[in-house]
Amino acid sequence: MDPITLILKVVYALVMISVVMTCAGYCVLAERKVAAWIQGRVGPNRASLPFITAIPIIGPFLQKLGIWQLPADGLKFLFKEDPVPGHVNKVYYFLAPVLALVPALMTMVAVPFGQYWDEAGVGHPLILANIDIGILFILAVSSLGVYSIVLAGWAANSKYPFFGSIRASAQMVSYELTMGLALLPVLMWANTADGIGGLTLSNVVASQDGLWLAFIQPLSAFLFLIALFAETNRLPFDMAESETDLVGGFHTEYGSFKFGLFFTAEYAHIVMGSALFVLLFLGGWNFLPFLAAPWPHTLVGSVLSVLWFFFKVCFMIFFFIWVRWTLPRFRYDQVMHMGWNTLLPWALVNLVFNTFLIGFLDKA
Amino acid sequence: MAKIVDRKPLSLLEKTNIPQILKGLYITLVNFFRPKVTLQYPDQRPVIPNNYRGVPTLVKDPNEREKCVSCQLCEFVCPPKAIRITPGTISEEADTAHVEKAPQEFEINMLRCIYCGLCQEVCPEEAIFLQDIYSINGLSREELVFNKSKLYELGGVLPDKHYKWDKKRDDALHGNENH
Amino acid sequence: MTEENKTVTVTIDGLDVEVPPGTNMIEAAALLGKEVPHYCYHPKLSVAGNCRMCLVEMGMPMRDRATGEAILDEEGNPKIGWMPKPAIACATEAAPGMRIKTDSELVKNCQEGVMEFLLVNHPLDCPICDQAGECSLQEFATDYGRGASRYIEKKNVKPKRTRLGPRVTLDDERCILCSRCVRFSKEIAKDDVLGFIDRGSYSTLTCYPGESLDNNYSLNTVDICPVGALTSTDFRFKMRTWFLKRTPSICTESSTGTNTEVWSREGVIYRITPRRNDAVNDTWMTDSGRELYKLVDSEKRLKAPAINGGPAVLKEALERAAEFIQGGSIAYVGSGRASVEEQYLLKAMVKQAPGDAHLIGRFGPGDGLLLAADRNPNVRGALLTGLIDKVPEAHLKALSKKIDSGAVKTLLVHNEDLLAVGITTAQLKKLNIVYLGTHENATSAAAKVTIPTLTVFEKSGSFVNQQFRLQGFAQAVPGPAGVMPDMLVLSRLLALVSKQECALDNAEAIWASMNKELPAFKGVTFKDSNISDGGLLLDGSTFKSFNFFDSQTLHYDPQTS
Repeated sequence: MDPITLILKVVYALVMISVVMTCAGYCVLAERKVAAWIQGRVGPNRASLPFITAIPIIGPFLQKLGIWQLPADGLKFLFKEDPVPGHVNKVYYFLAPVLALVPALMTMVAVPFGQYWDEAGVGHPLILANIDIGILFILAVSSLGVYSIVLAGWAANSKYPFFGSIRASAQMVSYELTMGLALLPVLMWANTADGIGGLTLSNVVASQDGLWLAFIQPLSAFLFLIALFAETNRLPFDMAESETDLVGGFHTEYGSFKFGLFFTAEYAHIVMGSALFVLLFLGGWNFLPFLAAPWPHTLVGSVLSVLWFFFKVCFMIFFFIWVRWTLPRFRYDQVMHMGWNTLLPWALVNLVFNTFLIGFLDKA
Repeated sequence: MAKIVDRKPLSLLEKTNIPQILKGLYITLVNFFRPKVTLQYPDQRPVIPNNYRGVPTLVKDPNEREKCVSCQLCEFVCPPKAIRITPGTISEEADTAHVEKAPQEFEINMLRCIYCGLCQEVCPEEAIFLQDIYSINGLSREELVFNKSKLYELGGVLPDKHYKWDKKRDDALHGNENH
Repeated sequence: MTEENKTVTVTIDGLDVEVPPGTNMIEAAALLGKEVPHYCYHPKLSVAGNCRMCLVEMGMPMRDRATGEAILDEEGNPKIGWMPKPAIACATEAAPGMRIKTDSELVKNCQEGVMEFLLVNHPLDCPICDQAGECSLQEFATDYGRGASRYIEKKNVKPKRTRLGPRVTLDDERCILCSRCVRFSKEIAKDDVLGFIDRGSYSTLTCYPGESLDNNYSLNTVDICPVGALTSTDFRFKMRTWFLKRTPSICTESSTGTNTEVWSREGVIYRITPRRNDAVNDTWMTDSGRELYKLVDSEKRLKAPAINGGPAVLKEALERAAEFIQGGSIAYVGSGRASVEEQYLLKAMVKQAPGDAHLIGRFGPGDGLLLAADRNPNVRGALLTGLIDKVPEAHLKALSKKIDSGAVKTLLVHNEDLLAVGITTAQLKKLNIVYLGTHENATSAAAKVTIPTLTVFEKSGSFVNQQFRLQGFAQAVPGPAGVMPDMLVLSRLLALVSKQECALDNAEAIWASMNKELPAFKGVTFKDSNISDGGLLLDGSTFKSFNFFDSQTLHYDPQTS
């Protein structure tokens, strides 16, 4: 690989990281604002910057939107005193937050986020690394996130974090199964015609040119969505934190910047999960079912496809938040019961049904 | 006796919980767009109703007579023992000499006050009122023990329905015409 | 059973009660725990019967005029002839078979009517009235009044700040003309200066022209005034009565041992009133005795130990005092104002480090009522504990001689000023004086070691009065910070002098020891000394031949006792 390509790759990676991190950051703000609005409050609206807020109309508007809350919170996390409790296992204690963020950011390597057209007019996905095991890579890497939770719980050396991490690991293992099983019919569908495309996500997106997979395989989509909630530890599945009974769950003993890392990782997971769901079931950057994209196959079209994809992701993030402030938390035994006794059988039924359906369609 | 509530058996659809979840999502979404009820406190101030129980204050009648006669009933009734009165005598040369008694010192420890309003309720002279001041602060404990002058400053002048002491003085000056 | 000891059975509201003959209905009802409201009646004064508050229904068993036989009804019970009109309970004596109704409809109507008339011209200035909280008018208005006024006319106006005497202020508007004060002045104080002038609603209490209510018992009129008309100029507008804690105490003014009640709030004494003891002071006390609480908060109060006039730590002061005492050639001056317990401890000290023990006699003219000629409250206690063996004299001539001769070099003085008893400053300067006391005086100024102690209001203990009656007093207020009770100071000093633990460091231990050692206190426990009502009469027959130079008081006659 020549150096220029290498440098370009690094630059691309940095740009992606900054976009995803910013997204994750503003997810926090979105979470607070949406929660407030759902609860009839106004949410954060006091933080301001001296000169920008002085601009008429725009300044106060941005302040009311709470835009400046994010830098304020970030700076707070950075500059707070960073205490390390005396009873923790130091190495794991420091390792856990890093391990939380790294897989969350690594998954984005294999996530396509738009389309561009070469001189021949052939569409290519915009992706950092177009590897042919794409979805497998994403599943594998994102599953590593559980290690950070287990490590954090273990390193903290106290009971609530330990409970949280044990619960979280059991939950993640349980729902990983359903997730994988719900994905198989999707991949089978995407590869029906000739088996070309393998496990790349752009292939799945391409297959949804006409109708989105959410409509073709609603059960798969539904099961995947539930599993996704469980994997991201979001309410109603936030067994890892469950602040009502476990104080803060796995990160009880963490503070300041290390807590911030966990926090960012959680929202990075949400961003990645939303992107994944959009790619797999909501047609990726395809415009609307049975409607071709109204933008030209040029650079403008590329940008618009990225924005369209981004819009869908934003909707999914909103959906995540919306569900959080609607549903209460499951009890731990309910989570386990649902994972193994309900979702797994249904995922198997879904797989068998779709296998026969696809086989039947292929034959016909 | 226990009351047995008959529960309607769930339909198949309801057993999946999906309709309930959708209804929940609908409700939160409706609330999402509803007007917000938050009061932007330091910028906006709440409307204080007339019967609000704010900071207890001492008031004067429209003739600027201090109404408290230091009967110490408020001190007695005060549940957190926030009130401390040193009774005093009005000098015989004063205009209000016929009232005879007035507080020499009147202290309310605002750190103790629980704003229950019992002092206002018990006051036989209508001299102490919990008015509309609800936000007080200070940099030391001593500062928040309000003394007599501070309490009169906060209380100001309130209209008087009875002027009972003025009537009494008139009676004393003119006597009882039935005699 | 002799004729005089016979009791009379009356039936009050259906309940039988046996009372001595001559008991009036109010007292009889009180024996049953029933209250008959009254204003003008006072158990220690003559009956006036002018307030009409105590109206009750009365009936007697009917008798056949011809035969004198009791008339019986159908069921065989004696038939009762009820009086057509109610009778005043204060002036009606119990008679055999008498029936009384205290809560019938008629009685309630009477009480409501009387209350209404009493309140017609009442100014209702309870917020500024010192009597509020202990006012019969307030109490009976709530208990027996009709609750609302029908009076719409203008009220009477009367003078509000009349000074009847140096210590008594009259608020005429509140007066209900019960005449208790008039009767007290005439019958008890024998200083007939009060009376009513004018008629009807103009009636006003006043002093006779050119007289004023200035006898030494004037404040008792304030105590017995059922309303807020007579007020103590000293206590006026100082504090509401419901805040005040009442502690039983004993007046230290003279050997009478007047039972008192100390009214204090949060460590501050506001007034002293008499406590009823029918064997000592009835319900009275002197005005001068009421002033004694002012000594508590005096500028001359000793508050910290001192050695040679300079401030010292208590421990050092005690050690220095112990050195002086151990040095020998010592004499003791105890106090007739110290409690029995303290005198007993001083006696223990005398035993440990022998020396002459003196007491200072204080004498003044007795007034035949409650102020005895012997102005020490506890000379008999010192005799009973063995601290002294003869009646103390006003001048310590013997001690003076011994100081001059050099036989006495050290003096332990307990709360007395030697300058007043014939010892000169020059003599004091020659001595090593250890002074335990409450206030500064010439002796404390000359003392090598000064240790502050507590006043009678700040400690508990007991006195033996002129009748050899043991009476306890309780601590009403805490003493100045860091000042220890005399009892503790003496026991610590005793421990240092005897170089061993002193077991007599609390009242129980002292009383247990006194029980063992002193015949007069045999069987008397610590609790007996603190009884708040009545006191305990000790056997003082050993001292029958002594001349106490004491004068007659209300319940004591030096000739007969």
